[in-house]
Amino acid sequence: MRALHHFHGGIHPEEHKLESSGLPIARAPLPQRLTLPLQQHLGSRAKAVVQAGDRVLKGQLLARAEGEMSAAVHAPTSGLVLSVDLGAVPHPSGLPDLCATIEPDGEERWIERATLDFCALPKAELLVRLRDGGIVGLGGATFPAHLKFDLKPAQAIRTLVLNGAECEPWITSDDRLMRERAAEIVQGIEILRHLVNPAETLVGIEDNKPQAIAAMRQACANTGIEVAAIPTLYPTGGEKQLIKVLTGKEVPSGGYPLHIGVLCSNVATAYAVHRLVNCGEPVISRLVTVTGNVRTPQNFEALLGTPIEDLTKLAGGALPGSADYILGGPMMGLHTSNGRLPVVKSTNCIIVKSPQLFPPLPPALPCIRCTRCADACPADLQPQELYWFAQARNFDKIRNYHLFDCIECGACNYVCPSHIPLAQYFRFAKSEIRALEHESAAAALARERYEFRQMRIERDKQEKAEKLAQKEKAALAARQPAAAPVAPQDSSTQARIQAALERAKAQAAAVTPKNMDALTPQQQAEIAEIEARRARARELAQAQDIPHNSNNAD
Amino acid sequence: MNSPYIHQAPSVSAIMLKVLLALVPGIALAVWYFGPAILVSLVLASLTALATEAAMLKLRGRPLKPFLGDNSALVTAWLVALSIPPLAPWWLVVAGVAFAISIAKHLYGGLGNNPFNPAMIAYAVLIISFPAHMTHWLAPHGLGTIELDLTSQLRYIFSGVLPGGTALDAVTAATPLDTLKTQLHLERPVKEILEMPVYGYLAGKGSEIVALGYVAGGFYLLLNRIITWHVPVAFLGTLFAVAGIFHLIDPGQYVAPLFHWMSGAAMIGAFFILTDPVTGPTTPKGKLVFAAGAAILTYVIRVFGGFPDGVAFATLLMNLCVPLIDTYTQPRVFGEKGGKK
Ligand code: SF4
Ligand code: SF4
Repeated sequence: MRALHHFHGGIHPEEHKLESSGLPIARAPLPQRLTLPLQQHLGSRAKAVVQAGDRVLKGQLLARAEGEMSAAVHAPTSGLVLSVDLGAVPHPSGLPDLCATIEPDGEERWIERATLDFCALPKAELLVRLRDGGIVGLGGATFPAHLKFDLKPAQAIRTLVLNGAECEPWITSDDRLMRERAAEIVQGIEILRHLVNPAETLVGIEDNKPQAIAAMRQACANTGIEVAAIPTLYPTGGEKQLIKVLTGKEVPSGGYPLHIGVLCSNVATAYAVHRLVNCGEPVISRLVTVTGNVRTPQNFEALLGTPIEDLTKLAGGALPGSADYILGGPMMGLHTSNGRLPVVKSTNCIIVKSPQLFPPLPPALPCIRCTRCADACPADLQPQELYWFAQARNFDKIRNYHLFDCIECGACNYVCPSHIPLAQYFRFAKSEIRALEHESAAAALARERYEFRQMRIERDKQEKAEKLAQKEKAALAARQPAAAPVAPQDSSTQARIQAALERAKAQAAAVTPKNMDALTPQQQAEIAEIEARRARARELAQAQDIPHNSNNAD
Repeated sequence: MNSPYIHQAPSVSAIMLKVLLALVPGIALAVWYFGPAILVSLVLASLTALATEAAMLKLRGRPLKPFLGDNSALVTAWLVALSIPPLAPWWLVVAGVAFAISIAKHLYGGLGNNPFNPAMIAYAVLIISFPAHMTHWLAPHGLGTIELDLTSQLRYIFSGVLPGGTALDAVTAATPLDTLKTQLHLERPVKEILEMPVYGYLAGKGSEIVALGYVAGGFYLLLNRIITWHVPVAFLGTLFAVAGIFHLIDPGQYVAPLFHWMSGAAMIGAFFILTDPVTGPTTPKGKLVFAAGAAILTYVIRVFGGFPDGVAFATLLMNLCVPLIDTYTQPRVFGEKGGKK
């Protein structure tokens, strides 16, 4: 038995797992239409390679990875591409994004599925295949796998951690997957092990899933993979918390698991890797728990792009009194009222809400400094202080109090007797700070541009004056043909403009990296995402009079 | 709508209600030993608190319902009432509570924003403004020359008239702490002083038992996780240590530490006053520093200062240091250097 460790805080919300964990995984039938957002991952949107009117096969590439941090999107079934256009996507910003819409032909005709001999393949090639197979973190973070497993020669991985904790209430998709497809998961893990060559491989599963633990233990027999039953405590499935529990090591503040020789991946991701490599199938479906206020909660294997309301119908339909959905879990999921939203790579759960299951909260009271939030925080933060500084928009202070170590788990929210939406404040403050940084970089650039413009105006003036002078001279010369032609004076002006341009370029180059390029891909992706969120955060702030009001507790 | 969508926390109102409940054993014992006058003060204080709270919320344009129902004003009111002699004239209680709620709480921004414990501010203002009224404590059961029944206690509170020309001194007594101080000034040794009838087993007759009632309430709060162990343990521990050191040096001059524990506001302070979350520090280490500081100040004021008890002033002085304490006791965050491995 492995000695387990603890992280500070954590909470025990009602689990609500039994509702959906009893029934086996069912395959969801073909929907009438599939909507595939081209961005289903952290990073930049994939670039469409099909257009309206194209016929596609099941598994055919719809959009290829664009840029370093991106992943491909594939057709979940054979059919006709109806459009590639803006559509509603599950995203906190609520903004529409590019989606490919497919009308299935019902034939389910596959592309040619080529399996890979991963041991024979160079690792770099295997990583490219992961990217082109659309593999991203399926635990919800959707971090592109080819980046996570791309190790520099100097980076040695001691521990590969497989996350099967599934600590959010209600969700059971990983549970069912591990119970029913443990062997396939283990085959996927073997591929990941091949990639990173770790000294030890651990699977962490919360002890409220005894069948999943048993199934995985059986499948892992004689592989050297260790399955650890860890205490049920939210958010033990948080990457940093899970690593701490299993290895006792803490991911450094502001750092990544890589820095302590650990990589962490979800069991569902390992399963997807197996399907890609051993079956030649890219990511076109995933397991989705459909639960909450529905008649028969169950897990479905659903094609990406399936409307969420199709799945709730499969689960016996929403019961009376239902209102809206949560995509993901109740602690960190996304709220939506749009049943037409498609299942995407991050959709591990659909919860049909009702006021009985998710009673609305009374209005927030001021913070009474009771520190229940600090006692619950798994990142050892002082949420009540962060809240104070967020309200005062004191962004320097809030950074010193480690806002960026907040994992937005919502545990503080959960226990606050004043019902303060703390996590929301922290998400907002983070996005504001990132936006400010972005702006200050932009401002430096704007200053350069301004200087350059001044320069140009001056140059234009000068040129005009010179032209005028030339004209006059020409006129003069016409009258006095003997006068020597004057050499145009613009060579020095040209040189100055050139110099200014160079300078502006150089400075812009110097400014941008400081704020943008030096960031890790993950940070860049976060920024991109935050940009979109900001619009919504602003709205929210206005609607609720959040931090803009310097002291709303007054 | 934003995640999380589930919550589980006692409301502020429920927390405050438990604090009120926890005060009940102490109050019941006070009634047993000193008569029912304290109940009158409590009712008066509660009514004043609610009225003042409502008026202030109205003035500040705040919604009445969530705040009036949060029970925090009642906690303040009860603490004020318990720090004033029960036989004090009615307007003393009313003025104290009104001051606590309007000035010490709402002028600083209301619930959650007041830097000083409102009840202790009220106590400080009253003892400075009306020292005579604030020191006329009822003599415990069986000690006063005359004992008043409820009607005569009521009559006195509201009209200031005692039945049949009884003198006030006949029904009241100086507090045990006060007596100790005056007697020490008369150069009587501690041992002899403690043989006076106002003293019981460890400290003041009656009041030492009331203090035990507060301890019981404190344990209830600890069990219900309304307060943490840090403040009571650090406060009582430090008070014991400081008093112990002086007592060891000169037992004739300085009473035993248990006397300090069971006297005055030490117990109610340790479990109910210094544990006020709003005006105390938030970090665990900070709570220890805060409570230890308050204990030292309490001892110094009690023994060397001019006031009968030191808990109120010690609390206020330490309240002043809270931002500083918090700043310097921030715990290490997850993944920060120098941590447990
Ligand atoms: S739990 Fe809520 S009321 Fe208590 S300290 Fe934290 S933010 Fe303040
Ligand atoms: S949301 Fe952030 S501050 Fe709140 S408990 Fe989670 S990590 Fe801590």
